[in-house]
Amino acid sequence: MAEAAETQTAEPAKMQISDEVAIQINGMHKWYGDFHVLKDINLTVYRGERIVVCGPSGSGKSTMIRCINRLEEHQRGSIVVDDIELTNDLKNIDAVRMEVGMVFQHFNLFPHLTVLDNCTLAPIWVRKVPKKEAEEAAMTYLERVKIPEQAHKFPGQLSGGQQQRVAIARSLCMNPRIMLFDEPTSALDPEMISEVLDTMIDLAESGMTMICVTHEMGFARKVANRVIFMDGGEIIEQNEPEAFFNNPQNDRTKLFLSQILNH
Amino acid sequence: MSDLAYNKTERHEDLPPPASEVGVFGWLRHNFFSTWYNSIGTLVVLYLFYLMVPATLDWVLFSAVWDATSNQDCRFEGAGACWGFIDARLNLFWYGFYDIENYWRPSLVGLMLLVFAVPVLFEKIPAKLVGGVTGVFGLGWAVWAFGGLGQVASLNLPVTIGLLAFIGLITAGVFLRSPRSVCAIAIVGVFPWVSVSLLYGPVNVESLQSGLGIAVYAILFLAGGGFGYWSSKRLDALGAFLGYLVAYFVAVIVFLSWGFGLTIQPTNTFGGLMLTLVLATVAIGVSLPLGIILALGRRADNMPAVQMLCIGFIELVRAVPLITILFMAQFMLPLFLPEGVNFDNVVRALVGVSLFASAYMAEVVRGGLQAIPKGQFEAAESLGLNYFLKMRLIVLPQALKIVIPGIVSTFIGLFKDTSLVSIIGLMDLLLIAKSSVTDSKWLGLEHEAYFFIALVYFVFCFGMSRYSIYLEGKLHTGHKR
Ligand SMILES: Nc1ncnc2c1ncn2[C@@H]1O[C@H](COP(=O)(O)OP(=O)(O)OP(=O)(O)O)[C@@H](O)[C@H]1O
Ligand SMILES: [Mg+2]
Repeated sequence: MAEAAETQTAEPAKMQISDEVAIQINGMHKWYGDFHVLKDINLTVYRGERIVVCGPSGSGKSTMIRCINRLEEHQRGSIVVDDIELTNDLKNIDAVRMEVGMVFQHFNLFPHLTVLDNCTLAPIWVRKVPKKEAEEAAMTYLERVKIPEQAHKFPGQLSGGQQQRVAIARSLCMNPRIMLFDEPTSALDPEMISEVLDTMIDLAESGMTMICVTHEMGFARKVANRVIFMDGGEIIEQNEPEAFFNNPQNDRTKLFLSQILNH
Repeated sequence: MSDLAYNKTERHEDLPPPASEVGVFGWLRHNFFSTWYNSIGTLVVLYLFYLMVPATLDWVLFSAVWDATSNQDCRFEGAGACWGFIDARLNLFWYGFYDIENYWRPSLVGLMLLVFAVPVLFEKIPAKLVGGVTGVFGLGWAVWAFGGLGQVASLNLPVTIGLLAFIGLITAGVFLRSPRSVCAIAIVGVFPWVSVSLLYGPVNVESLQSGLGIAVYAILFLAGGGFGYWSSKRLDALGAFLGYLVAYFVAVIVFLSWGFGLTIQPTNTFGGLMLTLVLATVAIGVSLPLGIILALGRRADNMPAVQMLCIGFIELVRAVPLITILFMAQFMLPLFLPEGVNFDNVVRALVGVSLFASAYMAEVVRGGLQAIPKGQFEAAESLGLNYFLKMRLIVLPQALKIVIPGIVSTFIGLFKDTSLVSIIGLMDLLLIAKSSVTDSKWLGLEHEAYFFIALVYFVFCFGMSRYSIYLEGKLHTGHKR
């Protein structure tokens, strides 16, 4: 996948980052019962940023990004997405979810619907887009992820990489302003990883605000403008990719990087 | 060259399979005589067939007596089944004590159910066919009702016009729009009330007797309809739904009190297969939606009160035998109801059987819900689907598909359990059979009576079972993973 990233002309620094705040997390804590999973998370994401989150298993990466679209509830602190604060108010939650797309490790496509129906379902029912319009839009996105010819198949008939690209297209069909990725390539065979990463690089170049939990360090170097390292439910270190990889400050970061880079 | 190296250049030709594997003999050999113990098994089964099948066939068909005026006609040496008895009593088996001149009413209900249900149940049945069948049926029926054939006394002109208009409307609807959705809407929204009117007649609605009552209903209707329309203009789906629902129910009540202007056919004359089918259809129609609601309620972790209510209901009803519930509906319900409110016996049985079936259905559906991976819920939520959309579009279609065998088993069990209503004195198919053999003219014909109703039950239950297999096959397309 490193090669795939290399062939792209992505120049992270040149991609537009505005000073408009997309996500603002302040002093956020979360517990599962007695277990303190997230501890004092503070994070400001500007529009157009591409953030890669990494860290050892169980460090709370998934939990953190799932708090951003309220798949998990936080108990203290605040999360503001697109000027909408996430509270128990269902209206706010629905509004945030319409702005934030999410791609999962295990794709989570709807197996009883065709690829096209997977893509048009939310626009039709949530955004109330007329069916024809929604289908046209879905086809454009399926072309963008390079699988328009699979539109009438069922997810179970596609390869893992194709399924993940459908999942990305499905999220994009809602016209989200922010995309969250939770280890989108870690359930894939090596030869499929690059096709999904290419899609993500393409998306990054279009200026999408992205937060990706991933251990694809090639991708992080090429695309990210910021890398965040988490451990034990805390953000331990964050930096620009170059500095983060070449010159990590924290001992835990060093240990983690040595483990994932030298094997 | 090393011994390990191997390189095959030409391809092996395709050969026909060995003779022992093809043809009838190959198949027989392979399936019935493949081993010595398989052969013995096959022979034993064949011998049992030899013992049972000829004797049964002889009794049922070859030596059967088809014409009889009393059991004397069937009392001779070597006589088989006395089907003349069933033939003479067929009306009783089908309609119970329903007035003969009103037989067309339940028949019409049955036919209507078929016309509506077929396109909903079978996707492949074409639109024109359903529309054509309805049209031809409606026309034929009109000819029959007015021509020399029927001259049905209970059919007066307004009744006929009302029914014909109804049939015409459905035919037009089926022709003009997608028949499946029209039929589905008709089954849920129209069929139940039309059936009540046809089977029973006009329902006495006290509140519609006075001018004040009529005014209140009119206002409710206009207010509901108006609010619904206003809400739908504002894209407020819930408001529109509630508004139209109020208007709809007012219309239903007014319609029920009109009831096509038919004469009243008391429910204590309902009986036989007709009563069995009424009980089973209503219980099936109520238990599936109610069961789904109960199952969803039971899983609503964020609403403990609702959850407790659902669990309480399900566990309570499941822990009590159906007979007890029927007795309670019969004798104890009046104790809890206010003075003067009185439910019909058949309605009580309907409530009892439906609630009982719902509790079982709820657990079947819950099994399906549990089989849906958490990721499906999360994907739906992350796309912004609210609870109802998530359940309706993503979770239930998958969950119900998984539990089709369980749902149909529940339906089959329920269909047979309706025979328990004989305990509270309703003349269902089984009780009719049981009592008809006590007729002095037809004494000693239990075998025929029970064989016949067993056959009727079998036809319906086996039909449901086959349909479930068809449905599983149809819904299986494409999603293998
Ligand atoms: N529903 C839950 N209930 C209780 N504990 C949970 C729950 N979900 C996660 N945890 C715990 O919270 C911690 C953080 O989980 P999380 O899934 O966020 O880790 P992660 O960083 O994404 O790990 P991975 O790289 O393995 O995906 C883990 O220790 C996990 O065991
Ligand atoms: Mg994770």
